[in-house]
Amino acid sequence: MKTPSINTAKTASGIPALLKTACFNALIALVLFSLMVGVRTEAGSDGQLTYWTRFGEVASLVAAVFGGSIVLELLKQWIGPTGAEKLVPPAVQSGMSFLGRYLAPALLIFTLLVPVIFYDQRYILDLAILVLTYVMLGWGLNVVVGLAGLLDLGYVAFYAVGAYSYALLATNFGWSFWICLPLAGVLAAFWGVLLGFPVLRLRGDYLAIVTLAFGEIIRLVIINWQDLTGGPNGVSSIPRPSFFGIPLDNSDNGLAARLGIEYSPTHRIVFLFYLILALALLTNWVTIRLRRLPIGRAWEALREDEVACRALGINTTTTKLTAFATGAMFGGFAGAFFATRQGFISPESFTFQESALVLAIVVLGGMGSQLGVALAALAMIGGFELFRSLESYRMLVFGMAMVLIMIWRPRGLIGHRAPTVYLTKAHAISSDLVKEGHG
Amino acid sequence: MDYFAQQLINGLVLGSIYGLIAIGYTMVYGIVGMINFAHGDVFMIGGFIALITFLLLVSTGLTAVPVILLIVILVSMAVTALYGWTIERIAYRPLRHSFRLAPMLSAIGMSFVLTNYSQVAQGARVKPVPPVITGGYTLHESADGFVIQLSNIQIVVVITTIVLLAIFTWLVSRTRLGRDMRACEQDQTMAALLGVNVDRTISMTFVIGAALAAVAGLMYLLYYGLVDFFMGFVAGIKAFTAAVLGGIGSLPGAMLGGLAIGLIETFWSAYFSVEYKDVAAFSILIVVLIFMPTGLLGRPEVEKV
Repeated sequence: MKTPSINTAKTASGIPALLKTACFNALIALVLFSLMVGVRTEAGSDGQLTYWTRFGEVASLVAAVFGGSIVLELLKQWIGPTGAEKLVPPAVQSGMSFLGRYLAPALLIFTLLVPVIFYDQRYILDLAILVLTYVMLGWGLNVVVGLAGLLDLGYVAFYAVGAYSYALLATNFGWSFWICLPLAGVLAAFWGVLLGFPVLRLRGDYLAIVTLAFGEIIRLVIINWQDLTGGPNGVSSIPRPSFFGIPLDNSDNGLAARLGIEYSPTHRIVFLFYLILALALLTNWVTIRLRRLPIGRAWEALREDEVACRALGINTTTTKLTAFATGAMFGGFAGAFFATRQGFISPESFTFQESALVLAIVVLGGMGSQLGVALAALAMIGGFELFRSLESYRMLVFGMAMVLIMIWRPRGLIGHRAPTVYLTKAHAISSDLVKEGHG
Repeated sequence: MDYFAQQLINGLVLGSIYGLIAIGYTMVYGIVGMINFAHGDVFMIGGFIALITFLLLVSTGLTAVPVILLIVILVSMAVTALYGWTIERIAYRPLRHSFRLAPMLSAIGMSFVLTNYSQVAQGARVKPVPPVITGGYTLHESADGFVIQLSNIQIVVVITTIVLLAIFTWLVSRTRLGRDMRACEQDQTMAALLGVNVDRTISMTFVIGAALAAVAGLMYLLYYGLVDFFMGFVAGIKAFTAAVLGGIGSLPGAMLGGLAIGLIETFWSAYFSVEYKDVAAFSILIVVLIFMPTGLLGRPEVEKV
């Protein structure tokens, strides 16, 4: 008697229902798009508003929604209910673990060889430096978001503090990059503590908003404090980094002249590449080491359950503060590197969009996974470069990707946040041990 | 003193607009427990819809201002409400039982989608409109020639806000929907067991919030005479600040917080510096969250284990 009822349930989700859903979605899309897309407004030269209609675009969008929802419904029926545990064949599983073990070293070796392989392709080297900058930012933010579980929407503030610290110290006092780099990190960490101290009592989403507000405050202060920062014009002619005191230029005491080789501007690019690679690897190494220290364990515990942490006697304030300061310090390093690479910085580089981009890298990569963050940075920045010509569309796609990934894989593409330590095997313990009074 | 009175009027008008947006934040937070980061952009979409409807109506030759305004307000409320409904459906509903930060991140993504969607659809340039409601009253003229002005548009903004608040308060306290909303706010599972359609109630919350944001968008358009695709971000944060200041989850608190933020911003610009007015608003957010996390009218939060 059960079979017919299942059959009727199946026919109810058949083609008529499919078409009904698709028509409904298309109707909604028609209302949504008819005004916003169908009528394009523009201010004329005399300040008068004009408009023209674009019904073709609306029609194609509605058609796309119609077709898209049919495909989506079919996919849903084909894949089955979401959330079902999918069985992975053991062969694939072992392949994945093999890949997981050797992917990171392989990537590292490839990265080390990038300047050798692409020596003549300046564009690829520049792109690689950009990607590595975001890898470093992602790893820095990963300490705060991925390990300690604190949602920080104002990470770019520390990046800005680092960049402006180096730019101002170098242009005003003529200090070298290698003195300013630690100072930039220290200053950023100091700001991290300064911000963190009062706000870290707040719960997750309040903390997010406060860090966002802090990021905006830093940016607004940089814009408006024109005597110090140059305001919207930024700081220009920031000194290039030197090879531990030896300048990388075409002069007589430049590195090329001292080594007796012919000068090429690519030398500096290659040096910058290895510099950011070293900084990024330093971030990675420190993070991995810290995870094995008590403080790293405390961060992970904090992410999982704050109340339990306090019950176990972990000082949550100092734990959060160290996470915040560590993340901020790496942001400051990356900022100093950014300033020396660009030679020019302005507040435009430190908008909320940048914070969201770094956050998206961390989230996409799977919070807490170092390899995932690196791959996500490669995918995002590489993807951005591919679609550089479609300036505003790419941010649209970026937003959509963020929403879709949250729905599809909320733990990120390489979802992994298993605690570093856990009990491998359940032990049977005698009832004497769990008696009242013995815990 | 006259200068003070004038700034008081300006601040109250600005505060009404913030208050209308803040209600959307506080309602959603009360029921779903998430910060709807995209709400500021819904406000911006509302402004655009109002602008487009207005332009279409004017080009049909309609000249009666009250009729135009009535149609514009209804159309922009309806369409923006549909935007709110769709956003909840696409970006938030599938995440209702996901981990803590997921809806927030999805909302940030949605905010980017909306901002860039309107930039792509309507262009990046600021869209100005000629003043629709002109004229006003001179309340007082002092000996040194300073005039306190109360313009008609300011009156319209304040009256619209009061009327909407009255309707809204009635909706929440007297209707079936309002009772469902309050029930879901307290305990969603229990409400569902007692026959409340939780999904629909949450959808309606987003619809109402978006409709109020649309009105705020229209008021902004009329008052400042322009819209652009980026105006949702800062307005959204300030409205959120208002909601927090008033006590998040509390509806009268949102309005009170909105007025307070409007007044603080106006007085700060008038007496200190215009450049740092946003810094002032953001600093208030930080200070309030640190020293008074429950806000002016909020209930203290009980920590559940």
